[in-house]
Amino acid sequence: MNLLLFLGPFSVGLGLLGLGAFAWSLRDGQYDDPKGDAGRILDDHLSQGPAD
Amino acid sequence: MTDAALPSPALDAFIRRDGKTDRVELLIKGAHCASCMTRIERAAKAMPGVATARFNLTTGKLSVASETGRADPARLIEAVTALGFTAVPYDPAEALAEDDRTGRELVLALGVAGFGAMNVMMFTVPVWAGLFGQELGPETRTVLLWLAALVAAPCALFAGMPFFRSAFASLRKGKANMDVPISIGVLLTLAVSFSETALGGPHAYFDAAVMLLFLLLIGRYLDHRLRRNARSAARHLLALQVPMAVRLDGRGVRHGVPVAEVMPGDLLAVPAGERAPVDGLVERGSSEVDNSLISGECLPVSVGPGAKLYAGALNQSGELILRALAASQDSAIAAIARLMEAGTQSRSAYVRLADKAAAIYVPVVHSVALMTFAGGWLLGLGPREALLRAAAVLIVTCPCALGLAVPAVQVAASGRLFRKGVLVKSGAAFERLSEVDSIFFDKTGVLTQGRPQLIGADPALVALAAPLARGSHHPLAKALADAAGPGMAANNIVETAGSGVEGIVKGRRARLGRAEFVGAVSEGSATELWFALGAEEPIRFAFHDALRPEAVSVLQELRRMGYRLALLSGDVPAAARSAAEALGLDEWHGAMTPAGKAAMIDRAKAAGHKVLMVGDGLNDAAALAKAHASMAPGAAIEASQNAADCVYAGGNLSAIPLTLTIARQTRKRAVENFTFAALYNAVATPAAMIGLVNPFIAALAMSGSSLVVTLNALRISFAGRRA
Repeated sequence: MNLLLFLGPFSVGLGLLGLGAFAWSLRDGQYDDPKGDAGRILDDHLSQGPAD
Repeated sequence: MTDAALPSPALDAFIRRDGKTDRVELLIKGAHCASCMTRIERAAKAMPGVATARFNLTTGKLSVASETGRADPARLIEAVTALGFTAVPYDPAEALAEDDRTGRELVLALGVAGFGAMNVMMFTVPVWAGLFGQELGPETRTVLLWLAALVAAPCALFAGMPFFRSAFASLRKGKANMDVPISIGVLLTLAVSFSETALGGPHAYFDAAVMLLFLLLIGRYLDHRLRRNARSAARHLLALQVPMAVRLDGRGVRHGVPVAEVMPGDLLAVPAGERAPVDGLVERGSSEVDNSLISGECLPVSVGPGAKLYAGALNQSGELILRALAASQDSAIAAIARLMEAGTQSRSAYVRLADKAAAIYVPVVHSVALMTFAGGWLLGLGPREALLRAAAVLIVTCPCALGLAVPAVQVAASGRLFRKGVLVKSGAAFERLSEVDSIFFDKTGVLTQGRPQLIGADPALVALAAPLARGSHHPLAKALADAAGPGMAANNIVETAGSGVEGIVKGRRARLGRAEFVGAVSEGSATELWFALGAEEPIRFAFHDALRPEAVSVLQELRRMGYRLALLSGDVPAAARSAAEALGLDEWHGAMTPAGKAAMIDRAKAAGHKVLMVGDGLNDAAALAKAHASMAPGAAIEASQNAADCVYAGGNLSAIPLTLTIARQTRKRAVENFTFAALYNAVATPAAMIGLVNPFIAALAMSGSSLVVTLNALRISFAGRRA
């Protein structure tokens, strides 16, 4: 029972971590240009990372 | 485009200033690969004063930030055009509107609901097990339920915001949309579950509340994406139609001005390849003009000083200097735009299938829930049990399947059509397309190629005249050159605008052009070209606007599918009749004005017909907007593409039967989904009323019904893959 009270919140915390990462990537504009980003990774001269 | 030649002050309006930097956004056409992206960004960064340049390959937009006062859209366009792409400035207001905030909010809500639905299961699955007699003490159960509440309640409140907001807005207007029962259902479920947990009972529906929102948000997001894609396609079309005119001042200096600023009496330059921005009289120059947008007549008309040009007329060969007769809002085009507006308004009154279903669903479900509560209490269940059963009714009937039934089908169908080159602009368009019983066609550019083609000429003579034709910009000469295929151009070609070309062919002086130009006598038709080699007898080439090769078979197929077909042409009656006869159409109307076409649609509507209009020109735009549903080929002018429900690429008519077939299938699947949802509710509601539903069954039934509806929708997509 005590273990439950520890493991439950712990796994919810891990889930929250994933949710936070998703929210960050969304706000950061990482889904704005999926086609372009696929090409950008191959070219050193292009600006890398998401658009401002 | 002449934008590159315009002096830069004309494009000042396209710079967005925010104190530190100047931003310019360009819409670029023709860039499809990573190397295009590299070249465009490099060219932009090489411009003086540019801080950052970023090209979005997905949306086709280049956004450039420069130091204050150094942004120069005209030179930027020049640089990108030099790479071989088409670039137009993007209106800053449109650029801001494009920022898809609603979409991001929906995705975030979807993410939160997904997280909640998964994590709450960790605590509720053991509780479900307890429902089936496994060992689980009431104390442990209560602890687990409190943990579930801790996860579910914040998630449900956050993820439910899009629904709560919409329901609140709708209630304030005194109406109840689909979001009202959803909001009531979610909030009531949470409240009942909290009270059950506090009282130590087993019937807490925390998991169902979050799962419900998760499934509904999927439907909501799909619908949003369909509309956003269509909207951004329409915006791109608008951006390509930059309304600029070139005005000449007293000293003959050219200035680019917005069309709205053109006043009657202004002198305007209309270069070859551009459209007349307003109605006007030709002051200098001579050329051929294509009036097909205004009158539907496809063959070019020669104009010289004194001739009247209507706004939208396409100048084909030499530059014309025009004296404006009217401001832009008084020009012929504006009248058509007003007709279009009237048509669009009448169409917005259309009630969508899902709204019709909601109108029945909402009152029925709510009165059943209320009856369950009142009836249960009266029959001696006690208020707690009665409320629990009423909540169960709301949960199991909650419109999961209903919310997914239509968007899922329409997204699958539009995806399948998109792969075939047809862009359907809204979900409602599918519903209207499926109800159509008559199809009215425009002739020029829809059933015909929309450009002149050589008829019945000796290939040897064509080959002889071709070297001269290749050196000319005249549309008939181009058609002659096309007929001859690739080859060399003649030497020493001199073109006289409005008359013809002269050059050396096989060592002899040759002329190609109007009858007078080569010294022949015209046979009274404008669609001819004369060719003379040295002193030999002149040869006549005749042209006509040929039917599209697939037109006859497609029209036969549509007739077999049971549609009533008619031809509405702005061309002269003789041309309309010969096209109708060649196509086997019994019903045809020639010399139709834009208002006449719109009136034909109104008459058919009054007679109870639902018309699909297929057209491309400005003269069709009003009819396209008024018709029950409308389609335009990809080569149509912007106004028509905007008025139409769907746009098909390449002008291939076989897109029409395909679109109609898929629209009918879409409706069938949507109705099937509604039927299934109704059947499901017919079983689930009585079960909930007599207390057979527990949290486990509610969760299972809800996700199960949504899954069935989605899989049924995907059948449309799978059918497309096989074909």
